[in-house]
Amino acid sequence: MKLLVLKNVTKQFGGLMAVDNVSFDVEKGSIFGLIGPNGAGKTTIFNLITGIYRVTEGEILFEGIETNSMEPYRVAELGITRTFQNIRLFKKLTTYENILTACHYNARYGLVDAILRNKRFKMEEKGLLAQAEELMGIMGLEDRRDVIAGNLPYGMQRRLEIARALALRPKLLLLDEPAAGMNPDETARLMALIKEIRDRFNLTVLVIEHHMDLIMGVCERIVVLNFGKKLAEGTASEVQANPKVIEAYLGEEEVVVC
Amino acid sequence: MDWFYIKGILILSGINLMAVLGLSLLTGFTGLFSFGHAGFMAIGGYVTAVGTMKLGLPFVPSLLMGAAGAALASFFIGKITLNLKGDYFCIATLGFGEAIRLVLDNVQYFGGARGWPGIPVTTDLTTVVIIDIIGVIILANLINSRHGRNFKAIREEELASQTIGINVFRYKMTALMISAAYAGVAGGMLGHLLGFLQPKMFQFVKSTELTITVIFGGLGSISGSVIGALVLTSLPEILRTFAIWRLVVYGAAVVFIMISRPQGLMGGYEITFGNIKKLLSRFAYGKKPAAGGDKQ
Repeated sequence: MKLLVLKNVTKQFGGLMAVDNVSFDVEKGSIFGLIGPNGAGKTTIFNLITGIYRVTEGEILFEGIETNSMEPYRVAELGITRTFQNIRLFKKLTTYENILTACHYNARYGLVDAILRNKRFKMEEKGLLAQAEELMGIMGLEDRRDVIAGNLPYGMQRRLEIARALALRPKLLLLDEPAAGMNPDETARLMALIKEIRDRFNLTVLVIEHHMDLIMGVCERIVVLNFGKKLAEGTASEVQANPKVIEAYLGEEEVVVC
Repeated sequence: MDWFYIKGILILSGINLMAVLGLSLLTGFTGLFSFGHAGFMAIGGYVTAVGTMKLGLPFVPSLLMGAAGAALASFFIGKITLNLKGDYFCIATLGFGEAIRLVLDNVQYFGGARGWPGIPVTTDLTTVVIIDIIGVIILANLINSRHGRNFKAIREEELASQTIGINVFRYKMTALMISAAYAGVAGGMLGHLLGFLQPKMFQFVKSTELTITVIFGGLGSISGSVIGALVLTSLPEILRTFAIWRLVVYGAAVVFIMISRPQGLMGGYEITFGNIKKLLSRFAYGKKPAAGGDKQ
């Protein structure tokens, strides 16, 4: 079953074609990779899917629902959430508060319930606290519970951002360069973690990455972008063997003139 | 100093506190700066006076009417200005505050610029204290809920808030309306303390004073706002001995505190039983706070 469908999606910023007529389908339950050189339009596609930008042409369907004209918070309610390339945590709140805030969607009490502290508030709030604790356990952040997010080591900030995204119980998780700045050892652990959360939460994962080991290791299907256009699509080995991809990454073979 | 004088200062602090509490939600917790809250105070003050004088309602229902009036005005202002980012919203509220004052200057029904005398003097210390306590409880309950956490999330990182499903516009609107309602109650109490309302009382200086108080107490702290309102309202009175240099000393005191404690008096902390216990045990065992674990 196709969870996410991009049909001839185009995004124009003035005269610049950031995304040019890109189409691909993401199967439910898969881990899907999006790669390409800098400025290829990968993050723009994430911004289009999450409703931060509007598509110029084409359409994006999530479970058959068109998300083109939705506000970002409505897209999140549908079950799409993301992490950011340049980490965007609630920096002055603690690890626990960061996750707890994102759990808000799983409680439905209103302003008046909160002011009156009635039974409904207490019950639902208890549920939220338990959920936040559980997520912290899964992501291995319990021992940093009360540390201000901005003071966490870099790798942990990345993990916290994933934890915060998972708190929404999403169906589709978009990871924007989750391994940026990580050493090979941390990258390997992240790969295992991505697979684990996919199985545990019944997720579909769409990941942008530059670390080829990560992409080749976990992604079942990969789309390669260059200058906003789709260059290739296929499994890891298919993409690796594609001459156009090699050209985009390493440049054309030059004729050396002495 | 006699009790009558002290009581007067306490009532004034209590009234300012109410407006500051509302502004604390908007500025301290949601991260929106406003320089037009005197405008909401004015609306609250005049609507409350209409309630007691023209409609003959008792004081408390009139206050609620004033709060509703201010909230309603903020709803329309919010609709047009809340999509503006950061500084622009601030400028828009500044314009709004002044506009309200000038409108009131020219509406003869409320006495125009000469003011509106003869309002019954019903605000006393007990009423102010009770209303303040209710105000603090409502705000504290709100902050310690999922809604309160959403306000803080918006203050910290607006884009990320949207991607975790927070309707940013709606929450900003809620914060603005609640803060306007608080300012409205403060305005209503002020009118019924002085027995007189004049547009000049709600000048730009008043809005600035409220914002200064919130920052002085510490952004994102209810306890800070309470202490800030009490200190900054009584400070000019305590400084009476300096006679004509009084306000200069007042300014210098504010500048000194902001330099020595830029995060404000409370700096985001709250005074609660739990926190006091923690602080005492830290002193008792001489334990240093865990590195990076301290809330700054």
